[in-house]
Amino acid sequence: MTTTATAATRAEVCVVACAEAWRGDGEVLAATAGTVPALGARLARLTFSPALLLTDSEAMLLADPEDPTHIEGWLPYRKHLSLAARGRRHMMMGASQLDRYGNQNISCIGPWERPARQLLGARGAPSNTVNHPVSYWVPRHSTRVFVERVDMVSGVGFDRAAEAGPAAARFHGLRRVVTDLAVLDFATAENRMRLASVHPGVDVALVLERTGFALQVPDEVPTTREPSAEELRLIREVLDPRGARDREVRA
Amino acid sequence: MTVGIGGWGSRRKPMALVRALLRTDVKDLTVISCGGPDVGLLAAAGRIGRLVAPFVTLDSVPLEPHFRAAREAGAFAFEEWDESMFLWGLTAAAHRLPFMPVRGGLGSDVPRHNPRLRTVTSPYEDGEELLAAPALRMDVALVHVNRADVRGNGQFRGPDPFFDDLFTEAAERTYLSCEQLVERFEGPPQSLLVQRQNVTGVLYTPGGAHFTSCAPDYGRDEAFQRAYVRAAQDPQAWRAFEERFLAGDEDDYRRAVDALAEETGSQRKDTSQ
Repeated sequence: MTTTATAATRAEVCVVACAEAWRGDGEVLAATAGTVPALGARLARLTFSPALLLTDSEAMLLADPEDPTHIEGWLPYRKHLSLAARGRRHMMMGASQLDRYGNQNISCIGPWERPARQLLGARGAPSNTVNHPVSYWVPRHSTRVFVERVDMVSGVGFDRAAEAGPAAARFHGLRRVVTDLAVLDFATAENRMRLASVHPGVDVALVLERTGFALQVPDEVPTTREPSAEELRLIREVLDPRGARDREVRA
Repeated sequence: MTVGIGGWGSRRKPMALVRALLRTDVKDLTVISCGGPDVGLLAAAGRIGRLVAPFVTLDSVPLEPHFRAAREAGAFAFEEWDESMFLWGLTAAAHRLPFMPVRGGLGSDVPRHNPRLRTVTSPYEDGEELLAAPALRMDVALVHVNRADVRGNGQFRGPDPFFDDLFTEAAERTYLSCEQLVERFEGPPQSLLVQRQNVTGVLYTPGGAHFTSCAPDYGRDEAFQRAYVRAAQDPQAWRAFEERFLAGDEDDYRRAVDALAEETGSQRKDTSQ
């Protein structure tokens, strides 16, 4: 571990933890919602996953993540949806609520018939989750997000995919959940959410305290890897010189 | 009456036509939309009986305030669709089919909250049981494009056609508004999105997508959108907003928008010709 690497901020650790979601993905679209996942996707593309496709978050495919005017293709909304249906995509979405099987809610809080707080609506979460790999980004790990039961299943979790039958389960596969405290995944016998690593300086006890259900915890919890010096350079000098990442993750 | 509204979120919405709708006394509308401030304005005026949408957003402001308030007050019936279901529902209507099969929606709570949704089983070896997205037929579609001719051909010049051609094909009647009326189209033939056989009426409405974006003619009026969101937080502020911007005709609206831009010193470009 170099001295530069230990100087990484929490937001920078999160960017790298998000980037790791796309490791080994090959030639698929890395789609994102939120600043830190967008930086992570670009970082992965510039380093260990060079075949990834990226968009300008509208209708263009970027040939060069460092140059938004250099495009390599056209991906308007409807073609984006068919690409997702073909499975050539790994999206990192946000989540207002998540449960232990990875059921996700971005629709509303409270009873669906008359919500206490209306949010976005299901958007593409139902089809994303049954068509291609999905990960989640949670910038503030809390018991409000990690709940026993989500109020509406927008994104489909492992239990619900299995229950709905082969057509729903066939291409379903949640990968990881990155938060400001930890990386979580579903690498357990019953696809229950597991603590995969805690970020440098974070206690396991804090993660458990801020999770509203019983997380699976391995005997030895690894520490999320530190960014390399080159990754830090790319984040700080190339991808996010203005520090937008720090507005999403508190220091 | 069922009204489909083109555009997406706070992008290329036929806002002049929505404002025109607000000047009539139509109500109890079923609205089909990739929702933005079109849904917000109609909801604020109490005109929506049922909404069919996969989301409602202002893009740069994630949550649409009037939609939120209306949902939290239980003001209308809501059919919450998945985005791909929505695409296939429009496609089914455009093809005069009763439904299209789709994977998206399976396993989620979308079918639980929408009891009219049914599944369909593949007759082939795979035997997959998929959702049947019902055809999203509509009486009227409202669509805004960059250029049109008087016969009803329409051209988009921005990066994304959204679902606007599908809306015109899924509707009994379509009203097409445009930034510019032209005698000859220029640019690639692929940009000729809307065909006259699917259009009932053409309206020349420069700035007709305001305050949503209409690339490349103009971007979103972010300052105005912020003023809209602020006003929506409080009934009294909203009444003042309506009085200032929505009480007159479209010319009054344009004048009031320009006056606000001058007050706030915003850099909004007037691109009407």
